[in-house]
Amino acid sequence: MDTMQMTLYDVLRMVIAFLLVITIVFINALVMGYLERKVAAKIQRRWGPMEVGLQGWLQMVLDGVKIIAKQLIVPRDADRVVFRVAPLLSFTPVVLPFLVLPFAKNLVGRDINLGLIFIIAVSSINVLSIFVAGWASNNKYSLFGAVRSVSQNIAYEIPILLSLLSVVLITHTYSMQGIVAAQGTVWFCLVQPVACLIYLVSATAETNRAPFDLPEAESELTAGYHTEYSGFGFSLFMIAEYANMFIVCAVATVLFFGGWHGPFSGEYLGVLWFLLKVFLLMLTMIWVRWTYPRVRFDQLMNLAWKYLIPFSLVNLLLTALIVKCI
Amino acid sequence: MATKLERMAGSKHRFLLNMGPQHPSTHGVLRVVLEMDGEYAMELDPVLGYGHRMHEKMAEVRPTSGFYPNTARMDYLGAILFSHGYVGLLERMAGVEVPERAEYIRVITAELNRISSHLVGIGAYVLDLGAFTPILYAFDDREKILDILEAITGSRLTYCYFRAGGVSRDIDDTFIRRTREFIDRMRNRMPMYHDLVTDNIIFLKRTKEIGLIDRDMAIRYGLTGPVLRGSGIAYDVRKSEPYSIYDRFDFEIPTGENGDSFDRYLVRMEEIVQSLRIIEQALDALPDGPVMAKTKKIKLPAGECNYTVEAARGSLSYYLVGDGSDTPYRLKIRVPSYANLSPLPELCRGILLSDLVTAMGSLDLVIPEIDR
Repeated sequence: MDTMQMTLYDVLRMVIAFLLVITIVFINALVMGYLERKVAAKIQRRWGPMEVGLQGWLQMVLDGVKIIAKQLIVPRDADRVVFRVAPLLSFTPVVLPFLVLPFAKNLVGRDINLGLIFIIAVSSINVLSIFVAGWASNNKYSLFGAVRSVSQNIAYEIPILLSLLSVVLITHTYSMQGIVAAQGTVWFCLVQPVACLIYLVSATAETNRAPFDLPEAESELTAGYHTEYSGFGFSLFMIAEYANMFIVCAVATVLFFGGWHGPFSGEYLGVLWFLLKVFLLMLTMIWVRWTYPRVRFDQLMNLAWKYLIPFSLVNLLLTALIVKCI
Repeated sequence: MATKLERMAGSKHRFLLNMGPQHPSTHGVLRVVLEMDGEYAMELDPVLGYGHRMHEKMAEVRPTSGFYPNTARMDYLGAILFSHGYVGLLERMAGVEVPERAEYIRVITAELNRISSHLVGIGAYVLDLGAFTPILYAFDDREKILDILEAITGSRLTYCYFRAGGVSRDIDDTFIRRTREFIDRMRNRMPMYHDLVTDNIIFLKRTKEIGLIDRDMAIRYGLTGPVLRGSGIAYDVRKSEPYSIYDRFDFEIPTGENGDSFDRYLVRMEEIVQSLRIIEQALDALPDGPVMAKTKKIKLPAGECNYTVEAARGSLSYYLVGDGSDTPYRLKIRVPSYANLSPLPELCRGILLSDLVTAMGSLDLVIPEIDR
């Protein structure tokens, strides 16, 4: 948009983009919920959902209907307003980043020149929702989960930022399309293997997935920050979690795995390559979750502060030096 | 001047956390009241009795044969081992001679039950550490044992198979074939467990040096079973005072070195291997003959008697006082889990909540057995 004048076309475009994004978020949750259960079942040598539809593919739809029909229970002495607001708060930050994700060459909500910064800035609101949910529940386990989540997310946002910056130093742009365009020949996961690894580990921690799922550590904190949530409140947290996974994997795809680049990726077909890469990354996250035990809290923090942050700093410095010399 | 918040928290700034009776890692209905300082558990108080079912009292009001099913319902994971102790007590007291074949069948089924109990113990323990998959593999193997035992005893969990004087039903060729198949299968599966769990770096970091019980402490608290052997003391009732026909088999007592959670896990894994050895030897030497002694009615003399067996979680004693009638005057049961729970408060002073879960899981407690 060259002028600041809003036309009817722009408004319409915004509405359509927003509806599309909401649809994507919900469908993503359904697909990922189903995939997670099926892949987990495969890893554990059982069937997973089989009853509803072929191979049980309708199971998640039915579960969604069931969970919406559930009563919303607000615990006694909980902060009622904040308790209700928290799930919505977790939902908002995961919707917004979709607006700047480049699905294909011509398929992007809006390619703003600070796309990457926008995603990171919006995503960090997520931790607020978790903390608010834990606090408002008036439950010690929820509070434990919330406190863990805050320190974990703050610790892991630093290596994420640093590793992403080392890519930005090469591309000289924060625009998501610009970063993808820079990987026409070689993917940045080969140029920046250390940053890529650090990002993937930190992203797993950032999305509270196992083995870093301490905020909702089941065997310690029953269910962590969403212990007291039932019905739709709970499902919003789950949808947000899957959408969050999608976002971190999409960012990884854009920054390290060539975005929508691939054979026959024309104006729009690149979306297939993009989704393929994102879902492969998400499947890896599922695979890791169902294989490893959970780390301890102090080990988690040690990993971030003693290894990931120093290594990403060194990596950033080296990148800066090399870029400067070339 | 203390603020309102400080007055509420007390001078030590601690708060109480109620863990259980319904909590994923207290395995049943144990309630643990914790005094927490942030993530650290400073004081710990186990509250028992939520699963109290008056088993000992029940023994006093019915004929001895009416108590068989109760033995299986105390430790629901090692039911046959609990039955073994009870029938052993009745036989010792009434002086009943058990046929050879029945003794072999008892050893085979008891060791199968021990393996299935250890599989649950290990699986649930790793689940406590946050790995979901190993417990399903363990249950897969356990399922095979349950199938084998179901065909012969008629039940899958609370077996009522042993009788004073023998066992209720003879085993057949199918049982022997399936048991041999299971031995092969289990031996092939052991490396997989070691790859998946034992060598896992996160598992090692979570369990090594956590929940340390040294030799003195183990003896002080009267621990038995894998928990005691994890601390390096090779005590096993099957070796130290062999009951049934355990003196005829060649097996070892695995022990740990440091007495931490990891050693207790390893001891259980190794005990599965040893149990397989015992089963194999018993199957090879299985004699023909009756499986039930001639005496139909057990007559208890006046007096007292004690019988100790090695249950899945440690040494289990039945102590009976008879008054000459068919009904015991008093039956006292010494269960291993009760003693194994007792070091928990000392073990968990000032450790992280996550480590508390690790330490508690490594003790492999069965709460209904404590509450009875």
